[in-house]
Amino acid sequence: MSDLLTVRGLRLGFGKTEVVHGVDLQVLEGPYGLGVIGESGSGKTTIGRAVLRLHPALAGSITYRGRDVLTMTRVELSAYRREVQLVFQDGDGALDPRMSVQSAIAEPLAIHQTVARGGRRDRVAALLAEVGLGSDLLARYPHELSGGERQRVVIARALALEPKLLVLDEPTSALDVTVQERVLQLIERLREHRSLGYILISHNLAVIDRLSESCVVLYQGAVVERGRTRDLLTTPLHPYTRALRAAVPELGVRRPPSTRMLTVGPPQTSSVLQPAGQGCSYADRCPLAVEVCRSQTPVLREVAGREIACHRAEDSLSL
Amino acid sequence: MMLEVRDLQISYRDQVVASVPTLDLEPGQVLGIAGESGSGKSQTALALMGLTRYANGVVTGSMVLDGRELLTLSPRQWRLVRGRDIAMILQSPRAALNPTMKLGALFSRTLRLHGMTKDQRGPRMVQALAEVVLDAEILDRYPHEISGGQAQRFAIALVAALRVKVLIADEPTSALDVTVQAEVIDVLRNLRDRHGTAIIFISHDLSVIGELADAVMVMRDGAVVEQGSAESVFNQPTQEYTRMLLAAIPVIGGRSR
Repeated sequence: MSDLLTVRGLRLGFGKTEVVHGVDLQVLEGPYGLGVIGESGSGKTTIGRAVLRLHPALAGSITYRGRDVLTMTRVELSAYRREVQLVFQDGDGALDPRMSVQSAIAEPLAIHQTVARGGRRDRVAALLAEVGLGSDLLARYPHELSGGERQRVVIARALALEPKLLVLDEPTSALDVTVQERVLQLIERLREHRSLGYILISHNLAVIDRLSESCVVLYQGAVVERGRTRDLLTTPLHPYTRALRAAVPELGVRRPPSTRMLTVGPPQTSSVLQPAGQGCSYADRCPLAVEVCRSQTPVLREVAGREIACHRAEDSLSL
Repeated sequence: MMLEVRDLQISYRDQVVASVPTLDLEPGQVLGIAGESGSGKSQTALALMGLTRYANGVVTGSMVLDGRELLTLSPRQWRLVRGRDIAMILQSPRAALNPTMKLGALFSRTLRLHGMTKDQRGPRMVQALAEVVLDAEILDRYPHEISGGQAQRFAIALVAALRVKVLIADEPTSALDVTVQAEVIDVLRNLRDRHGTAIIFISHDLSVIGELADAVMVMRDGAVVEQGSAESVFNQPTQEYTRMLLAAIPVIGGRSR
């Protein structure tokens, strides 16, 4: 299968601080989901924005269906952004409070002139139906909708231009579990019907498990483990992936506190200020860390059918 | 029984938004309240904190803590109960911390307002911070200089230092990353074990409640739909709604690709 999107060696920063240190990503032609896992401050949202060229790249390449995204002209970029759409966590912030549902979904159609004015109303109603909402919502405003309805409107708006690739940034994190379940079902249905490829950014491992074929785990702006989602979540190898997996609460399972590790350290957000390239960035929190972890930065290498950046991957395998 | 709530009804402009027929809590017990947005769980928390009046609401029924009826207390009397006997931690702990004060000043002031002398305050602060695994150097920082997980642990340290009897935790981990969430749950468990603090843990996520709760109450549209021991509610839910809430929790390995 061919690549829909390929990211190589992407470096991103804010001012003089580099926060994403050379990340590779690959999304195949849809239906295909790539999961991006990581905590606050790991750089996952910034990567999502960089894919849309909403955040400048310091180095690296982004290729969409063979075309170089980073060198696109304004006209090419406009066409690209028709095919690649971003869905935010917060449907509340993504919708203009002064725009009705009808205008919000029709706006991209008007801007990109893909549907003639007369046909827009029907098109909007069809999009609403596709995300499971009735046309009685057309005249409503965002504050008159529930959180789940708002997120569906945001998805309908993203679908208006027939995108091939979606960047879903924590699409269900602000929702109640039952509403989340319905939005997950919607994404599952849409990916098959529309052959969508997507990058799913989430800190919820169960959501990643359900909706992605492969995934990457980010820690402080670098990929620490990458592979098939099923492999990573059933047998995580990197100590950080293992810690993430162990922290997921499961019904009826009460683990003793000792299986987790309480860390007392500087806040994670300030630790991105540490200079990159001196030892493993996870060494301070890692129960397996040895001398080499503090002196040499581990690089991604293949172990047990996946890629992992850890000096102690083999030892982790036997745990 | 330490806390006994009977026929609690919360209304705004004569409209009842939540009612809780019975809620009992022993020292060291953890009660989980589960429900979706609008189920009345946070309204119940506000009422237990005596804060409903400040939102122009009315609470009727009875709420007895260690033999003392709370609903008839004056605002002045409530101020002595709140923070001392019953305290609350919130989803965004930083919002509860004064941004212009260093954490040390904030901590010391809180203890002073609840009647502790200067000599008592220092050791009590150091001990409480150790219990939530925070280094004492954090006292020299401002709220914006610490992470969300640290802020939540700091809030729990205040509760530990004041020897609060009932802690109401309203979605205390919902804004946190999963590993940080696990740390906060460990700290709450430790608080309960060490001081016998009773905890009312409010969340929309039953799997988080399952980590800690001895008893569970499920609320919907302002009413209690199911109530019982954690074991019975999780293993033999009697209500369709509870079963639906349980089924909605995504599970790793449930429907993998």
